[in-house]
Amino acid sequence: MRDERDISYAKTHEWADIEGDTAVIGIDDYAQEQMGDIVFINLPEVGDEVEAGEVFGDVESVKAVSDLFSPVTGKVVEVNEDVINSPGLINEEPYEAWLIKVEEVTDTSELLDRKAIEDLIEEEAH
Amino acid sequence: MGTYIPNTEKEQTEMLKKSGYKDFDDLFKVIPDGLKLNRELNLPLGKSEFEVSYIMEDLAGQNKVFHSIFRGAGAYDHYIPAIVKSVTSKEEFVTAYTPYQAEISQGILQSIFEYQTAICELTGMDVSNASVYDAGTAAAEAITMCKDRKRSTVLISEAANPYVRSVMETYCFGTDTPFKIIPEKDGKTDINTLKALLADDETIAGVYVQQPNFFGLFENLEDIADIAHEAGAKLISGVNPMALGIMKTPAECGADIAVGDAQPLGLALGFGGPFIGFMACTSKLMRNLPGRIVGQTTDDKGNRAFVLTLQAREQHIRREKAGSNICSNEAHCALTAGVYLAALGADGLAEVAKQCMSKAHYLKNKLSEAGFKPVYEGEFFHEFVTDCPEDAGSVLKKLKDHGILGGLPIEGNRILWCATEKNRKEDIDALCDLLVH
Amino acid sequence: MELIYEKGSKGRHLDILPVCDVEITEMPEAFKRNKPPALAEVSETEISRHFTKLAGRSYGVNDGFYPLGSCTMKYNPKVNEEAASLKGFTAIHPLQGDDSSAGCLKVMDMLSRNLCEICGMDEFSLQPAAGAHGELTGLLLIKAYLKDKGEIGRTKIIVPDSAHGTNPASAVMSGFTVVNVPSGEDGCVDIEALKDAVGDDTAGLMLTNPNTVGLFDKNIKEITDIIHEAGGLCYYDGANLNAIMGICRPGDMGFDVVHVNLHKTFSTPHGGGGPGAGPVGCKSFLADYMPGSTVGEISEGKLTLKRAPKSIGDMKSFHGNFLVAVKALAYILTLGRDGIVDSARNAVLNANYMRVALKDTFDMAYDETCMHEFVMDLGKFKDETGCAAIDIAKGLLDYGMHPPTMYFPLIVHEALMAEPTETEPREMLDLAVDNLKKLKTMAIEDPGRLHTAPHTTCIGRPDEVCAARNPVLKFVREEK
Repeated sequence: MRDERDISYAKTHEWADIEGDTAVIGIDDYAQEQMGDIVFINLPEVGDEVEAGEVFGDVESVKAVSDLFSPVTGKVVEVNEDVINSPGLINEEPYEAWLIKVEEVTDTSELLDRKAIEDLIEEEAH
Repeated sequence: MGTYIPNTEKEQTEMLKKSGYKDFDDLFKVIPDGLKLNRELNLPLGKSEFEVSYIMEDLAGQNKVFHSIFRGAGAYDHYIPAIVKSVTSKEEFVTAYTPYQAEISQGILQSIFEYQTAICELTGMDVSNASVYDAGTAAAEAITMCKDRKRSTVLISEAANPYVRSVMETYCFGTDTPFKIIPEKDGKTDINTLKALLADDETIAGVYVQQPNFFGLFENLEDIADIAHEAGAKLISGVNPMALGIMKTPAECGADIAVGDAQPLGLALGFGGPFIGFMACTSKLMRNLPGRIVGQTTDDKGNRAFVLTLQAREQHIRREKAGSNICSNEAHCALTAGVYLAALGADGLAEVAKQCMSKAHYLKNKLSEAGFKPVYEGEFFHEFVTDCPEDAGSVLKKLKDHGILGGLPIEGNRILWCATEKNRKEDIDALCDLLVH
Repeated sequence: MELIYEKGSKGRHLDILPVCDVEITEMPEAFKRNKPPALAEVSETEISRHFTKLAGRSYGVNDGFYPLGSCTMKYNPKVNEEAASLKGFTAIHPLQGDDSSAGCLKVMDMLSRNLCEICGMDEFSLQPAAGAHGELTGLLLIKAYLKDKGEIGRTKIIVPDSAHGTNPASAVMSGFTVVNVPSGEDGCVDIEALKDAVGDDTAGLMLTNPNTVGLFDKNIKEITDIIHEAGGLCYYDGANLNAIMGICRPGDMGFDVVHVNLHKTFSTPHGGGGPGAGPVGCKSFLADYMPGSTVGEISEGKLTLKRAPKSIGDMKSFHGNFLVAVKALAYILTLGRDGIVDSARNAVLNANYMRVALKDTFDMAYDETCMHEFVMDLGKFKDETGCAAIDIAKGLLDYGMHPPTMYFPLIVHEALMAEPTETEPREMLDLAVDNLKKLKTMAIEDPGRLHTAPHTTCIGRPDEVCAARNPVLKFVREEK
């Protein structure tokens, strides 16, 4: 089980679990809650480059679409086929249902820790 | 004056008072005086229903209704069974809006689902949308479906219907999509040039070819599909749905997207509209397909239910990121095509298609005997081009005077003829007798 | 209920054609389809009953109240339908020539002239098939004009955040980028934000007035002036023209291009989603770019189809949704200059009558005189009762009424937008108000019942999530 307290977050509610120069990326609980039932997810292909702060895919619910912004810069080495086939997994276990794995990770300086993202969520609620 | 306002003047005054307004001027005082028209519109006074009905009949009477039509070119004169008109004039279908409220719109949603099924069956493709405006806009929307970050250019066959090509070009102007024309050779898409164009340019996203083409000829669609795919481009096939009663489907030929006009399936000529553009594609392209799509699901009690689905692709959710702006479509025309296909069935549709083809071949032979020689060799469906031994304009004028709409005059004093199941043998004979010197 | 494909049996059919009276030509093997399409195999009795049943599971203006905001669901007069079904219109080939389609050209000419007068424009094209199609057309006119004038740096279209989604989507299809400007507190264009948004790169503005919250933007002339001074053009989305026709005109507000929805303002039916028609009008300086063929006069009373010299091309094959134009013309002839104004007045009266009657029941997003529609804001109501806009909407279905538009415009979060139109009698408005009040009571006393509404329709709430996650988009016959 991934511990949500130990991973990093982008302001746009994507999380990154970084180890060395590898990162696993997903969306946080707040984002999935806001979206509602997720029905489709559009992800890059293995070999594509992603850039911190730039769009790398999108996620659809019945009534909304949101861009996914990459929390880090790097190269996609794996895509989670399970969430493509069953996007509802993101609603069930947002911290287990990762989206992509990225290597050669850079640009992590803007990321927030759990406390900072919780404060941000608090702020956004008001 | 004619009016459709139920409330009498007295009632209107009461309603104004009750709502806190002295009169209509008071109600409209939110509009600054300087912006108001402050005069009457320069239009005639309203008229009674009797007068309007008379005027409209008079206008309709100023058109010539031909008893015999040999012109197609994208608008085809087929027989419309009585059941089609009976069903489609039902007011629940006519006067409904888009089926946003699924619980009270199951009838319309189901009719669209049945239409989508029929279009998939006809074309062999996996997915159909609920319709777009016409063949031209369907082909134009299909271009966007093919494009991606690396590929943005489209190739359009010169042998495709010019009225469709023209719409595609306008849409390309809009999206700044580069397009090139694949020239026509002997009435068909020039395959060698197509190969050269594809070899030349790695940005080609899609190739548009029409089957049968504008000149009525069958293209070698399977070869074209292979050539396009080898170069990494997609094939958009324009197709006549009537021909699909017997003709190899776009899916069998390898097309990625099939588009066309379902007007031949029960819709009147109507001076060119409303017609109905159909769009169908492979399941891989499903989420690129624009327009409304109806899907099957269940309700809270487990009953079969239909809803508008995959809506996140659409403009009302995706706004500037939507692939298309389409909102209103041609749903009532989709209903019409659906009823037509139910009435004909597979055998009936094949029979109509076969009769179209047979009569066109009979017409070609008779015209040839009358001195109107076919321009192209090659197999054709229900349209073909002939030379004209004299001025095409005066030949067609002569036919008009006899109540016959002849073929369409095209470049080079040629005529594009069309025959359908409605052209009886004696009508074809009468036409050709008029043409013999 | 069963699909048509699940009815009938193999071999059932209708006899429609005689035996072919010429020698049969077979499809050549190379072009023949491998297997026949699996279409329905049914008798005429079954078709007739099937679709009668489907009609019974549909709801149109003729079934009852249809206050769908921004859609102008007014009554569709029958004389229009009769006119459009005359053989002298339905049997006319679009390419049969000016001389033998003089009546069609006259219809197009009369309608274009009438629309010019109503909108304050100089020329109209009837080619666009729907509102969104009209938007695209209008923006392409702007694009062609700017290009022609060498103004290629003008790449941005300004759209208020309250706009219909088609506006930004059309702008992108025209190759522009979209600049969203926020609405002010009053729901109208924020003049300061607009001033900040314009510049050398401004191609134009898209706006509807009355706007999408049902208010007339009093600053409209100032708004169009700001755009014009910046060098841009102004596009009028005619979705809400019904409120003001005959009273004021987009052309006089400073708009350069407009589209109108014949299926809203001019009473042509919507057919369950279309066909509509979205004619586009423009000021004379844009007329050279008009699409398709417009009608011109060659000599006294003799009309012809002509092409604008710098035409953007065709938006659609042939001459637009002509039979829809026939219906709209019949409508305008019926109403005339007096009836048109009267319709607008009563559309606005009916909306305000309902608004005032409901303002103590639901919060109004903007509590002031509205035009032809008004927006209720159920945000607070939802916090208090747990019942959302969708619950009230679904509850209304149980009273046999079509609900108002839900969740639009996006700037009001729990929006219900009602547009009663002028063709509703007072009793119907009273009944709708009563029903909405009853639903409020139900939300307080028995919210559970409202959460699961509707209870009396042929299906309950459908599972939209399942539909989108596992799309079933056609019927597939199970192999036996």
